[in-house]
Amino acid sequence: MNKTLVRLAWGLVALLGAAAVAVIAGQRGEPINALWLVVAATCCYSLGYRFYSKFIAVKILALDGLRATPAERLENGRDFLVTNKWVVFGHHFAAIAGPGPLVGPVLAAQFGYLPGTMWVLAGAVFAGCVQDFVILLFSVRRDGKSLTEMAKDEIGRVGGFVAYVAVISILIILLGVAALIVVNALKASPWGTFTIAMTMPIAVLMGVYLRRIRPGKVLEVSALGFVLVLAAIWGGQYVSQNPALAAVFTFSAPTLAILIMVYGFAASALPVWLLLAPRDYLSTFVKLGTIALLAVGIVALHPTLHMPALTRFVDGTGPVFAGKIFPFAFITIACGAISGFHALISSGTTPKLIARETQTRMVGYGAMMAESAVAVMAIIAACVMQPGIYFAINSPAGIVGQAPATAAATISSWGFPVTAADMQTLAHAVGEQTLYNRTGGAPAFAVGMAHIFSHSLGGETLMALWYHFAIMFEALFILTILDAGTRVARFMVQDALGHVYEPLGRTSWYPSILGTSALIVGAWGYFLWQGVKDPLGGINSLWPLFGIANQLLATVALCVATTIIIKMHRAKYAAVTLVPLAWLVAVTFTASWYKMFDANPRVGFLAQARALAAGPATGATARLIFNNRLDAVVTGVLVVMVTLVLVESLRQWWGILSGAREARVKEAPFVRTRLVEEQG
Amino acid sequence: MKRIVFGWRTFIATLREIFDEAAYARYLSRAGRKSSCAAYAAFRQEFEEAKMRRPKCC
Repeated sequence: MNKTLVRLAWGLVALLGAAAVAVIAGQRGEPINALWLVVAATCCYSLGYRFYSKFIAVKILALDGLRATPAERLENGRDFLVTNKWVVFGHHFAAIAGPGPLVGPVLAAQFGYLPGTMWVLAGAVFAGCVQDFVILLFSVRRDGKSLTEMAKDEIGRVGGFVAYVAVISILIILLGVAALIVVNALKASPWGTFTIAMTMPIAVLMGVYLRRIRPGKVLEVSALGFVLVLAAIWGGQYVSQNPALAAVFTFSAPTLAILIMVYGFAASALPVWLLLAPRDYLSTFVKLGTIALLAVGIVALHPTLHMPALTRFVDGTGPVFAGKIFPFAFITIACGAISGFHALISSGTTPKLIARETQTRMVGYGAMMAESAVAVMAIIAACVMQPGIYFAINSPAGIVGQAPATAAATISSWGFPVTAADMQTLAHAVGEQTLYNRTGGAPAFAVGMAHIFSHSLGGETLMALWYHFAIMFEALFILTILDAGTRVARFMVQDALGHVYEPLGRTSWYPSILGTSALIVGAWGYFLWQGVKDPLGGINSLWPLFGIANQLLATVALCVATTIIIKMHRAKYAAVTLVPLAWLVAVTFTASWYKMFDANPRVGFLAQARALAAGPATGATARLIFNNRLDAVVTGVLVVMVTLVLVESLRQWWGILSGAREARVKEAPFVRTRLVEEQG
Repeated sequence: MKRIVFGWRTFIATLREIFDEAAYARYLSRAGRKSSCAAYAAFRQEFEEAKMRRPKCC
């Protein structure tokens, strides 16, 4: 009887999910309520977790609750530690949730709400969650080895080398793009800049409190810091209204770019934990709180989506970024559907905390579902705006024109009516001078979030405060990623250089610290500068480059996963990783081809270089030509390297399946857990 | 009621882990020290490099 009821309940979930997806996919011409997206997502995730992840856990991975994990066998109270599964879940989610699932879906909303929503749901259930889950389990069975180590062990030296280069490349491109998003959000915004500037003395105060007054009371001081940040946001309006103070906190994009590079270098090279560690805590506190608040706001307000299901820009002529729906929607949204970067977290800290193999399903698959839900919320935030306003915020001046009237007329001519007066009213409501040409996704997300919050909590009068809260939230945690990412990349480069000249590998040797920090900041700073100077806003070139690099890393992770599955004699089930792998190869290789060789200068790097070369020759033009050629070369090098991993993997698979090669997995030996006995 | 208490404790334990309070408690227990300014400074010194190597996602 119970079984029948359970089956009936799951049948109802499936029917409800199918109905919600049908409404989302089938509605044309009429706005739909955002709750349909929430219902579709909840049903898809529930079904995916209950059935698909269980199938993978039982049939392919054969999770063994009696096998001791590295957290138990190698427990040292520091890296390796048996930890409560919900605690690991929270830890893992806090590590994988970054700006990606917020920014990517906002940019992809130029195609309409439908493509992004479908990709986020299907991509997460069948690809992203699967990747995170299997890589986590395989790392647990290999004493918490990293993706690069597993690639070297299971595929060969080429796999390990390519994974290493892909990680460094992604970090550098990611940091450049992330910095560009902050620059575009804060340029000519004294309120936003003041708020972010104030987080620095607040963080130092938190550091002093932590070290001198209440040692180790991080939660307490983070709550205190949060209250001070709210006070800074409140105070920001008075700064922006005071001409003298506003002038102090008003910066152009190039000036902000230089300031951020100086910040990144200082954060990597100087012992400034008094600033960085408390800021990191503050950022995490704000991030988790805001995501929870946004979820509550969406359910409470259940807003209407004004963006159509599909826009005319599926043809590739979009103003936010150029390129057709296939493949560009699928590289623009990475983190909410599948992100190679997650494989680094799943093979980093998390496998060293897992108490039982059986918990990898909940942590790996489950946390990625939560990340995907954040992406759905971002889609909703972007699509609650009137489309004309969305395009006015996200379109670069190079496409819609500099003057408000020209921009409004251009956007209205696309069928998305907006007037200069509408934009002026909105800018005034959020406390900004202008909202035109704010490319990068962060300001559009902030407007959407402010709309949701102000309509469910506090009313229109608080719109400006919510907008600047959202900007502060995004900028704060992007800056945290900038300093953390620069340090991680610096350590990776130092580790590699240590093989060439031993002192260079020492993390305490100052010449090496300064040199490698300068190298990393110089590399991402170059991409940032390129974005700041790009007449098309930078995001058009750099976000696809980042998406390609990130998805290529996912390709490497899925190659590793497929190789291990075949070696485990589960080849008949290899489709669970092989199908997402084939899809990603199709997407990334097609996108790379377009970005390198497409004849449209807005899409192809080389075509743009040729178009610029045909115009008047100036110093600035020569630099733009070089930048485009460099971007084409970076894309080409990444594709060639991943092709090498694919070929190497195919050779492995063919050898094993034909019997020419021994199928030997390199797992740690089985040791029976003592945790079961201890628990009685 | 028991479930609510358990849920709340797990929630707090998760926050303590994310915010490194639990790591500090483990350090104190391992080093046999009491919480103090000097102990926290020593914990940060030991903990910082390991934490700096952890990637954070995009």
